[in-house]
Amino acid sequence: MTDLSLSDQTMAGKAAPPAEVRSLRLPTQWLGVAPFFIFAIMFLILPTLYLMLGAFQNDAGEFTFENIAALAQPSIVAAYWISLKVSLASALIGAFAGLAIAIAIVRGGLPEWIRSATLTFSGVASNFAGVPLAFAFLATLGRLGLATVLLNTVFGLNIYAHGFNILSFWGLTLTYVYFQIPLMVVIITPAIDGLKKEWGEAAATLGATQAQYWRMVVIPVIWPSFLGTVILLFANAFGAIATAYALTGSSLNIVPILLYAQIRGDVLHNAHLGYAIAFGMIVITGLANVFYIWFRTRSERWLK
Amino acid sequence: MKSGKFWAWVVFALGAAYFFIPLIATVEFSMRMRRGAYSFDAYQIVLGDPRFQATFGYSVLAAFFTIILGVLIVVPAAYWIRLRLPQLRPIVEFITLLPLVIPAIVIVFGYIRMYGSNSPLPFLATDMGTNALLVIGYAMLALPYMYRAVDTGLRTIDVRTLTEAAQILGAGWGTIIGRVILPNVLIAVLSGAFLTFAIVIGEFTMASLLNRPAFGPYLQNVGANRAYEPAALAIIAFAITWGCMSLIQILSRFAPKSANRPN
Repeated sequence: MTDLSLSDQTMAGKAAPPAEVRSLRLPTQWLGVAPFFIFAIMFLILPTLYLMLGAFQNDAGEFTFENIAALAQPSIVAAYWISLKVSLASALIGAFAGLAIAIAIVRGGLPEWIRSATLTFSGVASNFAGVPLAFAFLATLGRLGLATVLLNTVFGLNIYAHGFNILSFWGLTLTYVYFQIPLMVVIITPAIDGLKKEWGEAAATLGATQAQYWRMVVIPVIWPSFLGTVILLFANAFGAIATAYALTGSSLNIVPILLYAQIRGDVLHNAHLGYAIAFGMIVITGLANVFYIWFRTRSERWLK
Repeated sequence: MKSGKFWAWVVFALGAAYFFIPLIATVEFSMRMRRGAYSFDAYQIVLGDPRFQATFGYSVLAAFFTIILGVLIVVPAAYWIRLRLPQLRPIVEFITLLPLVIPAIVIVFGYIRMYGSNSPLPFLATDMGTNALLVIGYAMLALPYMYRAVDTGLRTIDVRTLTEAAQILGAGWGTIIGRVILPNVLIAVLSGAFLTFAIVIGEFTMASLLNRPAFGPYLQNVGANRAYEPAALAIIAFAITWGCMSLIQILSRFAPKSANRPN
């Protein structure tokens, strides 16, 4: 299968030999990009297509919708539902908090070092995900965590008695926000920098109040990049597994953890159902990305 | 304007609290191992653990090969697209975005099913093959970042003029890419490399599902079985991420500032 794609390219090269002289140069034309395409096809596109096709096949290899239909069983629907909730909540909280921080450091009149320190820290924190992040939050908001203990001893507030649990929807969301906010700050700061001073001056010259300037200039300009980034954050959280797995084990049944268990031990007792779960994940993140690209092309109009 | 500044400080302070409290808490927790006194016992135990050294070494090696593979794939492609095949740019950019769309767990699931022991390309039949597959998977995860870094680097140099000058002087393609283009985008490549390192070093999903003795699965294992060591490991991991990002920042100061944009 993989060889086929390779020969496709060389054939495409050979299929149109414009002149004898140039035919010698044609292979080099493709040589530079060949490794890239071979790798992308073999290790990115074909494996994904393989799963997507597998989602529509039964054990005998016949075409079927049964696997997709089987996704409707309550445990799988519940997994998708909690995944969607966590991803959406962490994306929205991360996006608004990140936007507020970005506006504060760009437009708030804070000292210059705060801006650069925040951006540096955001670069680090947006990459500080996975298993260690879960450890950090267990040490903070776990039953013996510093924040839990301090809230209890200093303020007399036992958050666990009030129903909080780090191994829950809110616990996971609060943890994801730790890499979502910095990612938002990193992506949205250039967009806010892109707001030209002249626009503010022009608005003021025309007699606009500060509120009108924000409502009619700033928000419309930032809106597409804001929405685009929300979607990126959503997809970012939706596919993440390491943090959740290290934090909750398998006590919080989000989709990636369900798929992980299925790959390890066929917990659903149906190999093709695993393909269907993967297919569902691709559809959701793929749709998210279509919107992301759409919003990004809209935002680039203003921010050149 | 005054109140704007006030709110900016409030937002900044709230953000700083949210980001620093977990770090402080983790440091505090990691030092609580000895009863009644703060100590670095947890760090000593972790750093002295032979499994820590073995898995960390394995992941460093995997990251190293990932970077080499990433450079070999990305630099020629990005260069060639700037020079000769600009019509392919949208396709390549779309492909480099795909690893952000397709979750890592899905990619590795595909590998397990496609390259199993009785497939035409049995990567998973041998240990070396599985290691290779892990490195390839990591290169795919890092692809968006590596490509963007290299492409940004190429944008700041005049690829066409440099290539033509080298050709006039009689350089072959290997010489042009290896001795003219690569040194010029070295800082961009190194930025991509450090970012790749930060992503790969603690990666859990792929390493765990391919059953590799990497640092990520080790972290998870310690987390499931120990109390104080995970906090120490979290601090160590944060320090590594911080180190990678600082190196990128330092490197960016050496990057060529005068953007000469032929495209």
